[in-house]
Amino acid sequence: MIENLLFELEMAAPQVILGLVNGAFYALLSLGLAIIFGMLNVINFAHGAQFMMGAFVAWMLLAWAGIPYWGALVLAPLIVGAFGVVIERTMIARLYKLDHLYGLLLTFGLALIIEGVFRNGFGSSGLPYAPPAAFNALNIDIPIMFLPGYRVWVVIASFLVCLATWLVIEKTKIGAYLRAATERPELVQAFGVNVPRMMTLTYGAGVALAAFAGVLAAPIYSVNPAMGANFIITVFAVVVIGGMGSIMGSVVTGFGLGLIEGLARVVYPEASATVVFVIMAIVLLTRPAGLFGRG
Amino acid sequence: MTMNRRTLLGAAAALPALGGLPFRSARAQAANTIRIGVLNDQSGTYRDLSGPGSTQAVELAVKESGITQRGVTVEVVQADHQNRPDVGSTVVRQWIDRDGIDVVVDVPTSSVALAVNTLVREKNKVFLNSGAATSDLTGAQCSPNTVHWTYDTYMLANSTGGAMVRAGGKSWFFITADYAFGHALERDTGNFVKAQGGEVLGAVRTPFPGTTDFSSYLQQAQRSRAQVIGLANAGGDTINSIKQAAEFRITRGGRVKLAGLLVFITDVNSLGLEVAQGLVLSETFYWDLNDKTRAFTQRLGAMPGNIKPSMVQAGCYGSVLHYLKAAGDMGVAAAKASGVEAVNRMKAMPTSDDAFGDGTIRADGRKIHPCYLFEVKAPSESRGAWDYYKLLGTTAGDQAFRPVADGGCALVRS
Repeated sequence: MIENLLFELEMAAPQVILGLVNGAFYALLSLGLAIIFGMLNVINFAHGAQFMMGAFVAWMLLAWAGIPYWGALVLAPLIVGAFGVVIERTMIARLYKLDHLYGLLLTFGLALIIEGVFRNGFGSSGLPYAPPAAFNALNIDIPIMFLPGYRVWVVIASFLVCLATWLVIEKTKIGAYLRAATERPELVQAFGVNVPRMMTLTYGAGVALAAFAGVLAAPIYSVNPAMGANFIITVFAVVVIGGMGSIMGSVVTGFGLGLIEGLARVVYPEASATVVFVIMAIVLLTRPAGLFGRG
Repeated sequence: MTMNRRTLLGAAAALPALGGLPFRSARAQAANTIRIGVLNDQSGTYRDLSGPGSTQAVELAVKESGITQRGVTVEVVQADHQNRPDVGSTVVRQWIDRDGIDVVVDVPTSSVALAVNTLVREKNKVFLNSGAATSDLTGAQCSPNTVHWTYDTYMLANSTGGAMVRAGGKSWFFITADYAFGHALERDTGNFVKAQGGEVLGAVRTPFPGTTDFSSYLQQAQRSRAQVIGLANAGGDTINSIKQAAEFRITRGGRVKLAGLLVFITDVNSLGLEVAQGLVLSETFYWDLNDKTRAFTQRLGAMPGNIKPSMVQAGCYGSVLHYLKAAGDMGVAAAKASGVEAVNRMKAMPTSDDAFGDGTIRADGRKIHPCYLFEVKAPSESRGAWDYYKLLGTTAGDQAFRPVADGGCALVRS
């Protein structure tokens, strides 16, 4: 009996850890979505495409300019974030006063266009991007499993970035402005804060978070134009479960659902892609505002 | 402003729908026009190995068949089935009912291929399948309107699986894409392993499409203590499986071997030789196999995305070339009138093309040609771009595919 239980635990432990790695990506991506939705009221369907752009920019930096992983980790979010700023200024800013649906359709169209452009340029099979050898020092090699150091790094990096973002929004003056502008933009503007510029930078920051996740993902997954589309639907479910626009909610649910998905892969693999949506349905029925949502 | 927004929204809403629509709608009535529809994945994981490259190969076949010099017009159209059987069926139905398409070509993704197989038979047109893997197309679900050209799951099991078993891999665990293709590949390879005295310890079914992280499945496979982890998947799934197996050092110490049961050259290119080296795989066409394949690749010209042709794209070329020969032989009007008769004529004629050499088509619709076992070169062995394979062995056509009596095809029994 006890032996049996131990065996089950031994089976489950590696899956829980692997689930955390996926959860790290869910958390980073849903965090960006939550920030953008919370501040701008825009459902950013292009988030998956921007995640993919982050991975591609990392690949381009390495292949064309010889800039290694660490450089890409800083540069790619800046480059893709700047792209986000341009998109916000030229297109999304015109939709703030309209229904959510317009922003959703615009960003969905953008996502299709961006993916199409990358598919035409680079094909669909993907490009190789090797994880930096330095991470081998972090390798965890114990009898029940081998965990590559790079995956350990992904969890750590993702957790730190999520924490930093939460601190900025909840504990700093800029964050206070942002939160105030979400509630009463006219009043904040009246105090001399440039609200439209703040919105632009918020969108850029959300997009940069997606690109950062993309760089983290490049050595793990094949760098291909569909890599974001594979993630984005699940990530939207994460945002809905966590509560639309809730920063804490998206991070906690991101990691949590990664874990649950990881366990589903052992118990009933066929359902691993659906389990998140089952949970979403249950949460919507019992707590329509999401686990951490207000209202 | 409002108008602009409306236009934009209309365009955004129409985009996903456009992918599934054929590109032409007017139905010309000329009796000496053959219409070929290339249906495959234009936007997803199988795009590089089929996609627009398949259409390019079909166009080369039309040009080289010489049929247009005899006053016959051949029109080639293409569409995206998005790897979804419902989309594929809708496109083919419209193609045949509205656009007068005579031949449907390629159709990777077994679930879509099986749906199209039934539909084309119902309408008595011709189905030249190159991209799909399931051996059911010439087995339980065989059709007098279908030729299955390039490869199938039995051939892969026989060639790659056989090589693994001979090398001592007696116990297997499968990581299987959870749809018709993965199931067929797992079944055919499992049967083969058992027939050789090996055992199958288990399998894990991964959702398709949409699985990107295979590390959990790889660890489960490793824990089964199987000697061989069989990857019954394709395209992006195989790439991610192999990439992550290297990352998790699944094969270190040499106790466990990874068997990529269906690996295309485009997958090897995506993985890079550093990760893919040593991988054993089976194909029926490799661009650098001999003078004829090199000449064919040369004539095909630059491919979309600057890739070398895959065996699927070569199969589109070979099958359409042979169909046009048969149609020229029996008369275009007769070939258009009955898909069954056109396919019968194709079966009665020996095949010959630069991509696959000489061959035949069996009564059950199976194209017969040799199958090659390759090993992926190490980076140091590769002499240039796309120099990826070294030949380990060749299985003759009559040995490579499932014996005609074992498939359970009704066409053979009657």
